[in-house]
Amino acid sequence: MTITEEPAAPAREVGAARTRKEDARLITGRTTWTDNVTLPGMLHLAILRSPFAHARITSIDVGPALSEPGVIAAFTGRDVADVQGALPCAWVVTEDTVHPDHGALAVDTVRHVGEPVAVVAARSRAEALDALAAIEVDYEPLPVVLDMEAALAEGADLVHPDKGTNKSYTWVFDSGEAGTGESTGPAFEGAEVVLKRRYVQQRLIPAFMEPRSVVVDPTGDQYTIWSATQIPHILKLMMSLITGTPEHKMRVVAPDVGGGFGGKLQVTPEEMIAFLAAKRLGKPVKYTESRSDSLLSAHHGRDVIQDIEIAATREGKLLGLKVSLIANMGAYLGLVTPGVPILGAFMYNAIYKVPAYRFECVGVFTNTMYTDAYRGAGRPEATYAIERIMDELAVELNLDPIEVRRRNWIQHDEFPFTTVCGLEYDSGNYEAATAKALEMLGYDELRREQERRRQENDPVQIGIGTSTYTEMCGLAPSRVLGSLRYGAGGWESASVRMLPTGKVEVVTGSSAHGQGHETAWSQIVADSLGVPFDDVEVLHGDTRTSHKGMDTYGSRSLAVGGIALFNACNKVVDKAKPIAAHMLECDPADLEFSGGQFKVRGTPGEGKSIQEIALAVFAAHDLPDGIEPTLDADATYDPVNFSFPHGTHLCAVEVDTQTGRVSIRKYVAVDDIGRVVNPLIVEGQVHGGIAQGVAQALYEEAIYDADGNLVTGTFVDYTLPSAADLPDFDTDRTETPAPGHPLGTKGVGEAGTIASTPAVVNAVVDALRPFGVNDVPMPCTPERVWRAIQEGGAK
Amino acid sequence: MTRISVTVDGVRYDDDVEPRTLLVHHLRDKLGKIGTVVGCDTSNCGACTILMTDADGNAHGVKSCSVLAVQADGREVTTIEGLAGPDNSLHPVQRAFHQKHALQCGFCTPGMIMAAVDLLTENPDPTDTEIREGLEGNLCRCTGYQNIVRAVRSAAEEIRAGASAEPADADVAAGEAGTPDAGLPRESAPEDVIPVPAP
Repeated sequence: MTITEEPAAPAREVGAARTRKEDARLITGRTTWTDNVTLPGMLHLAILRSPFAHARITSIDVGPALSEPGVIAAFTGRDVADVQGALPCAWVVTEDTVHPDHGALAVDTVRHVGEPVAVVAARSRAEALDALAAIEVDYEPLPVVLDMEAALAEGADLVHPDKGTNKSYTWVFDSGEAGTGESTGPAFEGAEVVLKRRYVQQRLIPAFMEPRSVVVDPTGDQYTIWSATQIPHILKLMMSLITGTPEHKMRVVAPDVGGGFGGKLQVTPEEMIAFLAAKRLGKPVKYTESRSDSLLSAHHGRDVIQDIEIAATREGKLLGLKVSLIANMGAYLGLVTPGVPILGAFMYNAIYKVPAYRFECVGVFTNTMYTDAYRGAGRPEATYAIERIMDELAVELNLDPIEVRRRNWIQHDEFPFTTVCGLEYDSGNYEAATAKALEMLGYDELRREQERRRQENDPVQIGIGTSTYTEMCGLAPSRVLGSLRYGAGGWESASVRMLPTGKVEVVTGSSAHGQGHETAWSQIVADSLGVPFDDVEVLHGDTRTSHKGMDTYGSRSLAVGGIALFNACNKVVDKAKPIAAHMLECDPADLEFSGGQFKVRGTPGEGKSIQEIALAVFAAHDLPDGIEPTLDADATYDPVNFSFPHGTHLCAVEVDTQTGRVSIRKYVAVDDIGRVVNPLIVEGQVHGGIAQGVAQALYEEAIYDADGNLVTGTFVDYTLPSAADLPDFDTDRTETPAPGHPLGTKGVGEAGTIASTPAVVNAVVDALRPFGVNDVPMPCTPERVWRAIQEGGAK
Repeated sequence: MTRISVTVDGVRYDDDVEPRTLLVHHLRDKLGKIGTVVGCDTSNCGACTILMTDADGNAHGVKSCSVLAVQADGREVTTIEGLAGPDNSLHPVQRAFHQKHALQCGFCTPGMIMAAVDLLTENPDPTDTEIREGLEGNLCRCTGYQNIVRAVRSAAEEIRAGASAEPADADVAAGEAGTPDAGLPRESAPEDVIPVPAP
């Protein structure tokens, strides 16, 4: 690892590759997933879903289901039309965004396959599922709108006829108009080189391993919702607002949650249906989806058509950038659906000095499952398009792809750097990360081998792909979110409770679902308070213990929540100081705090540990006058800026030109995510992130047929890569601490996914250049690669 | 209803089951063996993998969503909850998953560990490629598999060295029996901190 700045002081726990506290319950099978929650008298729900992509419900009768064995109740959208309200969209990106009502259960019309139309409550899950077959529904099929461009054409059939359009919004950013850069018009006029490309981000499915599950207990006057969600706090607030349940009568618990990747960043129809059922029946209910229901009706990701255009000099200096997107909303707007492409808007210029930039995005409705956040949310799309077209520019100018990037990127001594979007990149060192990655890959040697294979017409060609990415994460400064019309703030909260025995309970408002917060947060507390790592317990994911939080997404937990925790620990130390001075009979100003001990500066001998002070505070027999007998402290941190991790990923692939099969020969990732709390956890995040990006490049695609049926509705067809499909990744880091806050961390959850997709596709295309190929649509399956070779060769 | 007798994690259970009941549902809903989880409905993901004996009494890895409960009649089943030793010491594969950070959300982990145990029974000294191919039927969305491969390789070495037969080391001494962290280090020892690769 290369440290580009010396850390201020050596840290004891922060930086250590601690194995995880979370593992104990997970490797022994003794944990609580939502589906493990079983309550006395609990009923099981099954949901009948629409088999049509667009249809009017002409009649629906749950009567026959009621006489099936074990069935207690059944109801339809019409039964709850007056009480179900509309599911929320918290990010309506423009004043005139078309935002159709979205009930949890369809009332008169279904607009995508899988939309819930009726629910059965029964004594067992099997009986509930059996009874679905007895529900009688007549549908009158309506015209289906699937193709995004056709949906925007004059006279198109409409997903929401009452809205008169399939367009949800047009969102524009223009650096000339915004005053953050020049206008693109002059930049493109007379430019020596103008390249225009169209890239398609295929539709993806987050496919977290734990299917979604929700339990609602209406006992007493309190509603308790257990849900496999990333966002217990947001869910609690939204459910309260929608259902009119007083917020203090609502509790949400996210127990151990089996992955999310943005896919559980949602207020779902299923959660609302379970709530409505529990309320109607006065009984606890549980709904757990099957995998095929999950693939069909948990929100999808990506699905964007990207037109990208760059202007440059013959020397390869970028002069301007224009991006025009059509983003598939699906049939409705989910929690942040319209905002996902907008999160990418500020990232198309990436690490490059671009004088002029114009971005336009049109959101369009189709009769498909709605899209929403999926790992990276907008930023992988942006990174893909710019990194792909930078390779095209290199080919156009006969430059090495690294060289064309080098001629445009921000130099390490130019930070802080205000981009053409007006973002202030606070830190980075693209040269260092790239130099390290090139060395790790053995770039020059591979280029020589590539040349040799080309000359020998080797049936197996190799290609090298580059991705020099950055991203904005640590979501997010509340003011910025406000200016983007997002419905909430971006702060995070933490509480530290000192127990009488000197143990520490920490409450965090972020909500881990695999990220290892219990371990990393313990490391921060151990250093800040000077207590043993094992003396810290981290509590999260239950709105009764963690009353305040903004949850986990957007690589924000450590970059925002970690700072809140750090600040709360410092408040504890501040509170302890006058008490320590009292106990040591000295002036507080003479005290120093180090390694968990208050000592009189410059004197040897015994001090007072924070644990001793915690006990003294508990007894409270002899505290200084006017001192509140507690060390507990809360902190809420609102970041002043995003954080900007960056890195260089290089991928070498072998392509069998006779079969089209792509195999990754070597993958190198050098990430700069600032200072690292736990390198073991970071490495895991990078591995998993890269795997998901590789999956988009090579394997995964959600496909609808011409009638709007999801063809990839099981894991047989939606091809998550297995261990046999992926290589080892060679990872390393450079470290440029984030200057804006005391921990220097930047966020790592999405970096791998953002970086890896263009690295892989650039490598595939690079291998096929001799065949006249300059693009392969994702996923680059053997068939697509083979076809590209045949068609390219024909040109 | 059909009467079946299945020994699960060393305890015999006699139950009446619907013939259509899948073994995984029997384990979870009737026997409370919730450590075994359901991740898909097409036997692709392997999250529900357990060990079950065949007619000759040899245990094999089985996806418990693709077996009927009645097919387990008279057989012995081991789930993730029964994998630890009698003194609650972790199985070498469990320990390796912890030490090599082979899990993140942990949902695939019970099935992945059981599949790895099965793999190492069949092939005590697998290459990385054999590990990857051997675990092809178990999906993980978090880890990218690299640390899983690392963990299985490490567990294989430990099992071959016979370390599993010896009493647990001081730093991995059992937690209190019956607690969720039985067998995990109570105080993290220095060896628990995996060294960061040198620059």
